[in-house]
Amino acid sequence: MVVKGGRVVDSTGSRAADVVVVDGRIAAIGDGLDGDEVLDAGGCVVAPGLVDLHTHLRQPGREEAETVETGSRAAALGGYTAVVAMPNTEPAIDSAAVVREVLELGRAARLCDVHAAGAITVGRAGDRLAPLAEMAALGVRLFTDDGNGVQDSRLMRRAMEYAKPLGAVLAQHCEDAGLAGGGHMHEGAWSSRLGIPGQPSEAEELMVMRDIALARLTGARVHFQHLSTAGSIAMVRAARRAGLPVTAEATTHHFTLTHEACSSYDPVFKVNPPLRTSEDVEAVKGGLRDGTVDAIATDHAPHAPEQKELPFDQAPPGMLGLETALALALTELALPIEEVLALMSWRPAALAGLDEHGGPLAPGRPANLCVIDPTATWTVDPGALASRSRNTPYAGRRLTGRVRHTVLHGEPVVVDGEATR
Amino acid sequence: MKHLLSIDDLGADGIEEVLRLTASFVEVSSRAIPKVPALRGKTVVSLFFEDSTRTRLSFETAARRLSADTMNFAVASSSVKKGESLRDTVETVEAMGIDALVVRHGSAGVPQQVASWIDASVINAGDGWHEHPTQALLDCYTIRTELDRPFDSLHVGIVGDVKHSRVARSDVLALTALGARVTLVAPGTLLPPSLEGWPVEVAHDLDEVLPKLDVAYLLRMQLERQEDGLVPSLREYSACYGLDIARARRLPEHALVMHPGPMNRGVEITADVAALPRTVITRQVANGVAVRMAVLFLLLGSGVVA
Repeated sequence: MVVKGGRVVDSTGSRAADVVVVDGRIAAIGDGLDGDEVLDAGGCVVAPGLVDLHTHLRQPGREEAETVETGSRAAALGGYTAVVAMPNTEPAIDSAAVVREVLELGRAARLCDVHAAGAITVGRAGDRLAPLAEMAALGVRLFTDDGNGVQDSRLMRRAMEYAKPLGAVLAQHCEDAGLAGGGHMHEGAWSSRLGIPGQPSEAEELMVMRDIALARLTGARVHFQHLSTAGSIAMVRAARRAGLPVTAEATTHHFTLTHEACSSYDPVFKVNPPLRTSEDVEAVKGGLRDGTVDAIATDHAPHAPEQKELPFDQAPPGMLGLETALALALTELALPIEEVLALMSWRPAALAGLDEHGGPLAPGRPANLCVIDPTATWTVDPGALASRSRNTPYAGRRLTGRVRHTVLHGEPVVVDGEATR
Repeated sequence: MKHLLSIDDLGADGIEEVLRLTASFVEVSSRAIPKVPALRGKTVVSLFFEDSTRTRLSFETAARRLSADTMNFAVASSSVKKGESLRDTVETVEAMGIDALVVRHGSAGVPQQVASWIDASVINAGDGWHEHPTQALLDCYTIRTELDRPFDSLHVGIVGDVKHSRVARSDVLALTALGARVTLVAPGTLLPPSLEGWPVEVAHDLDEVLPKLDVAYLLRMQLERQEDGLVPSLREYSACYGLDIARARRLPEHALVMHPGPMNRGVEITADVAALPRTVITRQVANGVAVRMAVLFLLLGSGVVA
């Protein structure tokens, strides 16, 4: 197969070239190459497949909202060749058995490489360590109690000391539960006006501050998930300058939407951490531009329609992201496509230790690619999404940039915007 | 106007129109047969997910005085208890053929969600901490008729748990839209976290504020605020923010004492203050029926009051 007529962009630069794929690997890159099968990339960017550090696939336990298969299809359509599945399933991914189940479901779907994040604590309950080494032996590199922050500072210290020699990264959902307690949106002018209990920015920032201190204490790596406040970005920037081993991700919704969206009371805009102020949105963008934030993550969080037709304070938090993230980043960030791809492909791949993803595109490397038409415009239609759920906050939004093809280990899983399986 | 979800739906002109209509419905209510055919053939359903006797009765009385048919959807004994979703419940009720749905819910925003799902008019009868627009309208009507002074010359103190109060949010919007000066008097824990965009002043010393007020509006202080640790004790709250007879004497002679009910006697108001001539709580309730007639007529009526 040859991916023909595109501009190849990876961490080494950009050049017009055709890419020949044989037996799941890149065989050659150059001008005027041919193959038995042609994927047209005329006018398109050919890049390493995208990598999402933060995906909720909901299986096992919440199959009415998403399955590994439907979520993988959404990922492939969004240009992703690898996702890291969050462990807040039912049961939680806190044992080797559940890790194996999720990985097996991912292999069966064959739409994208599904990696599992393990829980830091048993049942994500924050009481005692989950079997991190047992899960690490199965290839798990990221551990998190996502949805919950680890509240107990002593337990978090132990987790960091234990994870460090395993080569694992602890990823934290930063939220001081006491301070955030019962808040359903960002605490501020809008929550006060709308009569919705809020959670202050400081609930996130307190845990960012604490975990920076623990990184200093233990020397262990900490990855900050979905940073949403200007204060968090500033603290991580300072910690990196001080040479501490911290990394961070930000979601598409935290740089495209503000808390004002909640004035519709539509729970599709309910997410945790919550949508914040326009100043926070600008700070997140600034963090993405200057390298403080390593990666754009989706926090793709499907919920069945009936769950999002509850009153705002009863609906679960979370929104879809896999099928809109790239276009939103291209449309909203005003960054060159090379920098957007760094944030969505090679930097997250390196962070999660996914050697087969994120390029560079060179002979012998696994053929995990996405082909992007950077000028195509389209309108988000919730009914047309491949996810089993419909909770996108971007219904009707006009976006520029679309995934045309996705190639997973040499197999075209998306061709001309349609999944092949 | 199709729905009444927030005082913001009305604006100053809309509030004035409701108050004008209210005056004519007060006249109707004083007749030997207090009934007009204005909404004959219309069906008004009350859908109360939270216990409320006075507001539900007030709306149902208002609808009947306009000759509308009324139905009460008793949530406690309904399919909601069997796990039916809010949307299914609302769509089922609408399928029976209704013109207006009067909604009360413990969660902010539910009337707005309901309005997005159905074609009938939706009236917010109180949603969580958000709004209670008809309460604010009856408060404005009561202030106008009792004081007979222009709103832009009035100073209203709203005292107590503003943070958790839908009454306070609607009253602030309505009173300030009409030009009144509003001061919130509360401990720091019972104020909203942000007052950005609220055209109000804030005070913490009730004794100092009282002599400047034309209306002292007391909010209900709920027992659970003490349990949540927002005030050290109800006793301390009463000592700082309760209106007893000594404090009430600090008010100017003409000033009113108001309360949305139900009162916690001995907490935010003492029994002797509740009995003062300047305390107009029962007149608020009486005006409530006429105000709700005005709102129903505005949303559903066509033609004249008769």
